[in-house]
Amino acid sequence: MSGAKKAVGVETIGMTMRFGAFTALDDVSIKVPAGSFHALLGENGAGKSTLVKCMMGFYHPTAGDMLVEGREVAIASPKDASALGLGMVYQHFTLVPSLTGAENLVISREKVPGVIDWRKERAALAQFMQRMPFKLPLDVKVAELAAGEKQKLEIIKQLYLGRSFLVLDEPTSVLTPGEAQEVLGLVRDMTRSGDLTVLMISHKFHEVTAFADDITVLRKGRLTGTGKVSDLSHKQMAAMMIGDQPISALDSRAPVPAGARQVLTVKSLKAPDRTGLKTIDIGELDVKSGEIVGIAGISGNGQKEFLEVLAGQRARNAGDILVKGSPYGASRSEARTLNVRFIPEEPLRNACAPKMTVAENMAFRTFDLDEAGKPVSWIRMSAIRDYAARLVEQFKVKTASLASPISSLSGGNVQRAVLARELTGEVDLLIVSNPCFGLDFSAVAEIRARIMKARNAGAAVLLMSEDLDELLELSDRIFVMSDGALVYETPIAQASVQTIGEHMAGHH
Amino acid sequence: MDATEIGLWGVPLAILGGAIRVSTPFIFVSLGEAITERSGRINLGLEGTLVFGAMTAYAVAVMTGSPWLGLLAAAGAGLCFGLFHGWICKFRGVNDIAIGIALMLFGSGLAFFFGKPFIQPSAPDLPAIAFGGWSDIPQVQAALSVNILFLIGAALAVFLWWAFRNTRAGLIVRVVGDSSDAARAMGLNPNTVRLLATGVGGALAGIGGAYLSLYYPGSWTERISSGQGLMAVALVIFARWNPLGCFAAALLFGGAGALGPALQSVGVTQGYYLFYAAPYILTLIIMIATSSPSRSLAGAPRELSITK
Repeated sequence: MSGAKKAVGVETIGMTMRFGAFTALDDVSIKVPAGSFHALLGENGAGKSTLVKCMMGFYHPTAGDMLVEGREVAIASPKDASALGLGMVYQHFTLVPSLTGAENLVISREKVPGVIDWRKERAALAQFMQRMPFKLPLDVKVAELAAGEKQKLEIIKQLYLGRSFLVLDEPTSVLTPGEAQEVLGLVRDMTRSGDLTVLMISHKFHEVTAFADDITVLRKGRLTGTGKVSDLSHKQMAAMMIGDQPISALDSRAPVPAGARQVLTVKSLKAPDRTGLKTIDIGELDVKSGEIVGIAGISGNGQKEFLEVLAGQRARNAGDILVKGSPYGASRSEARTLNVRFIPEEPLRNACAPKMTVAENMAFRTFDLDEAGKPVSWIRMSAIRDYAARLVEQFKVKTASLASPISSLSGGNVQRAVLARELTGEVDLLIVSNPCFGLDFSAVAEIRARIMKARNAGAAVLLMSEDLDELLELSDRIFVMSDGALVYETPIAQASVQTIGEHMAGHH
Repeated sequence: MDATEIGLWGVPLAILGGAIRVSTPFIFVSLGEAITERSGRINLGLEGTLVFGAMTAYAVAVMTGSPWLGLLAAAGAGLCFGLFHGWICKFRGVNDIAIGIALMLFGSGLAFFFGKPFIQPSAPDLPAIAFGGWSDIPQVQAALSVNILFLIGAALAVFLWWAFRNTRAGLIVRVVGDSSDAARAMGLNPNTVRLLATGVGGALAGIGGAYLSLYYPGSWTERISSGQGLMAVALVIFARWNPLGCFAAALLFGGAGALGPALQSVGVTQGYYLFYAAPYILTLIIMIATSSPSRSLAGAPRELSITK
């Protein structure tokens, strides 16, 4: 728990990892000198996490060596890695939510006395925190901390445990832009002063450019580029990441017609949130035909609950939801007559029956209708298969067969299948939540292009996303949701990341 | 005032005495269950453990003449039941609630089987301490004759409350109960921790059983528990997994259980048997009042299968 250890440099030589016949990592050598801030870029499945798991001792590489401070080391387990001062901050928090910050720190230590003398520990922690760049309340339960504070606590925990080489796995994915700036800035200051070496997994170019010294890019398990950040443009980095595959271009934005009709109207909607202690309260929201309205916010500020109300998964206490002027209660028949479509987050969980086949999943909206849209009493499997085959073709869903369970598809293809189901036919209202979470570059570009196309075809789109870049790219208007209410609205032309971020953090 | 005629004052006094007397098994079972649940597992089998503990304690006390050896044997039997539950639950796809129900029936059945020959003989009782010596009213003396296990239970509740915050073992149990992933990242094996926590919980339930057969009601019959083990599990949820809360809730349930006999003793002849149902009605009311369809339980260990 010294925290005063100096930064160490780490190197891998010819790191190779095979899982059976599949090569996840192929002869990757990277060098992260002591006190540097190194970014590791790559798409999903490019081998980034395999590489760091090999470095941290979670995997035993098929071939390759690790050097720490220029000396060859054998890392057989995460314990060996931590003994050498190597630590990792995961994308998902590993803090224990119902323990306080201080309890989390003390219990994660290698040696914890049988009876903890809190007076002594508190004094030691206070002394330790004085040397830290962040100030944090350590006597509050972790569950009550904001995401940014949790992320800081994760980093502080690593430093408290005496680690001086940190792998940060997409550290800012749950932070507001302001928090991300602050955390990365402080981490960079620590590398500058030689206390810490950082290897950051990221896919946000602007963060990499602003904070990292060097980058390494992986694609399909191979090293495809490395260099100083100052010598590289975003375009060059993107080219290293995705190679020469085509990227769907976004349709240009057709202007919203002046007399566009109002499709979705939400008025003084009140519903209990997940804990039941607070309510979400949507004063007034309307979405017109041919526009995308974005809702920004840090997760846990009521967006999920709002979406669940719209989807009929959560009861509301009061208020009205109107679609094209008629009240909407999210029943199947209402959704059908009013042409409401829905793309929830984590589509495999929220929009699919994972063990049913691709064809069956794609037919959920239409399986009980005939061509004329009349209910049928006898379901024809062949019609379902033909329909699915057409959509699979049209939306380029990669699947072994129409009869495979949908859970066997990759994340991007599940999302494509759901998009195919939801965007086929007439769509007047499209409700979308975090559509690109965890997908790779080309899938992201394609899905965003599809949403934009639906908008240009006259659908009203309500888009909730935790990715501010996505909202800025797609929306015509942006709302910010904070503490269960819409607290800020801006047309896209006047939107500023700074202001939106401040409202997300609830600083207004 | 006539010392033996204290009239209606007898009711609250009897409830107090009853609370102390009846609550003790609740205290032990609920503290044991609190430890188990804090580690992220539910052991519904404690009802069976309680009955088996009662039988074991009585049988050993009859055979050796020492209630303390009986108590020890009951704790040992409870430990075995707990460890068995914990061991089975480590396998994939095993549901802790289903195993709990199976062990509940198994424990009771086994106790009836081995307990048949011990229904007749009488065993020595566990000692009580008379705190009512200052008064010459027999009702006061009776109410304040406190069994030593009650005092141990009270001390244990305070100790556990302290230990969950201030000892390594306490923090580890909470970590495991709240996040298996975090525990594994710390190099802890959640299954081992839960095995031990379930074992300790079982031992405490066994002690609760010993109290039943060796002090109050003080004999071994097949209907000795009447669902107290199950109620204690409900009580843990009501107490929000806090040992001090468990102690208080056990007193409340004990008091409610004493309501019927107390009313009977002051001469209420009609409807008093309805008050025998008070603990069960109280369980229902509390469970309904403290739950809600739209929010999860505050303070619940997140690894618990009912709150996941």
